[in-house]
Amino acid sequence: MNLDFTPEEQAFRHEVREFLVAELPDDIRERVRLGRRLSADDHLRWQNVLSRRGWLAAGWPREHGGPGWGPVERHIFDEECAAAHAPTIVPFGVSMVAPVIMKFGSEAQQRHYLPRILANRDWWCQGYSEPGAGSDLASLRTRAVRDGDDYVVSGQKTWTTLGQHANMMFCLVRTDPEARKQAGISFLLIDMASPGISVRPIVTLDGAHEVNEVFLDEVRVPVANRIGEEGQGWTCAKFLLTHERTGIAGLGHAKQALRHLKTLAGGVRHRGRPLLELPSFRQRVVRAELELMALEITHLRVLASARGGDAPGAESSLLKVRGSELRQELSELTRRALGPAALPFFPDFLYGDAELEPDRAEQAAIGAQYLNRRKLSIYGGSNEIQKSIVAKTLLGM
Amino acid sequence: MDFSYSDEQRMLADTLERLAADASAGSPTAPASLWRTFAELGLLQLPFAEELGGLDGDGIDVMIVMQALGRGLIRAPYLGGLLLPGTLLARLANSAQRERWLSPLLAGESRLALAWQETASRYDAQAIATRARRQADGWVLDGTKQVVLAAASADALVVTARLDDGSLAAFLVPSDSTGLVRRDYATLDDQTASDVQLDGVALPHDARLGGDASDALEATLAQGRAALCAEAVGAMQVACEQTLAYLKERQQFGAPLASFQVLQHRMVDMHLSLEQARSMAILAAASLERPAEQRDYRVSAAKAYCGEAARFVAEQAIQLHGAMGMTEECQVSHYARRLIMFDHHLGDVDHHLEIVSERLTAA
Repeated sequence: MNLDFTPEEQAFRHEVREFLVAELPDDIRERVRLGRRLSADDHLRWQNVLSRRGWLAAGWPREHGGPGWGPVERHIFDEECAAAHAPTIVPFGVSMVAPVIMKFGSEAQQRHYLPRILANRDWWCQGYSEPGAGSDLASLRTRAVRDGDDYVVSGQKTWTTLGQHANMMFCLVRTDPEARKQAGISFLLIDMASPGISVRPIVTLDGAHEVNEVFLDEVRVPVANRIGEEGQGWTCAKFLLTHERTGIAGLGHAKQALRHLKTLAGGVRHRGRPLLELPSFRQRVVRAELELMALEITHLRVLASARGGDAPGAESSLLKVRGSELRQELSELTRRALGPAALPFFPDFLYGDAELEPDRAEQAAIGAQYLNRRKLSIYGGSNEIQKSIVAKTLLGM
Repeated sequence: MDFSYSDEQRMLADTLERLAADASAGSPTAPASLWRTFAELGLLQLPFAEELGGLDGDGIDVMIVMQALGRGLIRAPYLGGLLLPGTLLARLANSAQRERWLSPLLAGESRLALAWQETASRYDAQAIATRARRQADGWVLDGTKQVVLAAASADALVVTARLDDGSLAAFLVPSDSTGLVRRDYATLDDQTASDVQLDGVALPHDARLGGDASDALEATLAQGRAALCAEAVGAMQVACEQTLAYLKERQQFGAPLASFQVLQHRMVDMHLSLEQARSMAILAAASLERPAEQRDYRVSAAKAYCGEAARFVAEQAIQLHGAMGMTEECQVSHYARRLIMFDHHLGDVDHHLEIVSERLTAA
């Protein structure tokens, strides 16, 4: 047993760090550091840099253009990116639909879509949740009726993250209303420019426009855009949910958040002393530090077993639960550290290009960010769903 | 980075797993014969360097042993009767002292215990009131030690004391010394311990181990804390397994308890605490050879974390067993007792949280 990274892994970390210093554009780094919303163009500029370097599709196998990294390299990459304030890679294409296309798509579909994803030519969004289908995803009602070489799709999708930028959507639809709940579902790729599609923003409690509703009114989708067989959509959906979860603990983000919190609480003064010396506050920071130490080792243990060939299954659910709880705790402490300064709200600065005095800019996102982080325990399968998964699959309950 | 056991460690784990299974199956092994078995298996030599007659085991090896002892709730004083006194001896003793005390300890021929804590100093090993005064023909010790694990079966005690110059020293005190009075008792977690009164105990010059004992004592306690974390992980694992089995078997309202979501999620919380505690026990075990500053930070972090996890798992194990969990007859109650009292050995959650807090790095 050896908890140290190998010299090769350390060299890799160094290489990633150098790359981030040299290649991450300053304006993007600064927007991420200050918690400001990125434009579609900001995302694309960064993802094009990664694409040119061959590092965009961290989880892809080499034959499709991935860098051939193991889980430890991917962990190091994520950690360094978070520490350097690099934007999170928009996951819907490269991390979500791509593995499904690789696993279930035809050769023609793979040849068409995968290189486009690798070159950032399509912006994908996810058409899963519906107003009546959240945690109980399989109760979805969006209908797809076969008409010649097309499906005619009608229904409503929701919580579509960054759907306002997307030109493609992968979508779960009901192709057989008679079949058992899960059996009647198919997986379609839909061009967002198709007639009958409209996208309406949902503004969340932090004032941000991140998610959307997508309305589909008799949208014609070629049958050739179906992935896998008709009725196989649930298999694709489940595969997607269990795939690509090594980063789910958000460890790099948690580490960065703890560093930020300590710096902030070390500088803010409370009744003449640094806030970090206030016993009740310090106690919570210490506990967060311990939780992070434990989570990092647990995460590395899961990664190490993944490297040994065991697919991380329900263990990623455990990581997701503790990781999201920890990140929420850190966002809460960071918000409290600001005191009254958490109250001012400058949406034009956070979500637009308005300027702000430098000292205000440093703190402007923190209150809203706390609100935004409530999503962590809800999305990707709520923490309650994750616990039920663990109870069922890991504990056999 | 590698979390796997070596082949030798796998064999060690298998052997101990059988030992633990026999023990928890209820075969009441007398401590004396168990100690002989330990000696035959090489467990007494395992944690010590080869030049001392040991097997050069590292923190992970000890972790494997302690985890199994925790799984089987095995009542052998591996911590109090071997690791603590042995580690301090190994670090401080000269060759004559090793010959006389360490070699027989490793051979299972004689027994030792470490008397370090006192009523007034609680978990602080440095703030002790026991004094050692130099005399023409040796030393005289006065003081009282509290909850000395495995003292009743020890041939000699390793006793910490302050010298007049303020330094911390360690002495070998034969159990039959004049002026040494022992009060033996059972502990709430099924071990034996003693309070030891030293009233003008006269010792020869060569009873003192090495020079200042502070660093060696801290290293010894770190070793002990890491070992305790591993033991707690072993016990937590069984508490989780038994609770899960009970939930699957026990029927109420016409269904197994395991079908109720509120209990499923509680069980997952227990499992999560177990796995996080296991990670911290690994971190502690793997950090024992680090520089003292880093070692103590990590070990205190692990001890604090495991203390909370152990209490949570123990309390929930009792709760999910319902009234059965309250009975002595139900095995899980014994695990719960060990897990609750884990926190009272070598520093509790508050003690170690404070240490982490004092050393919290800025960023």
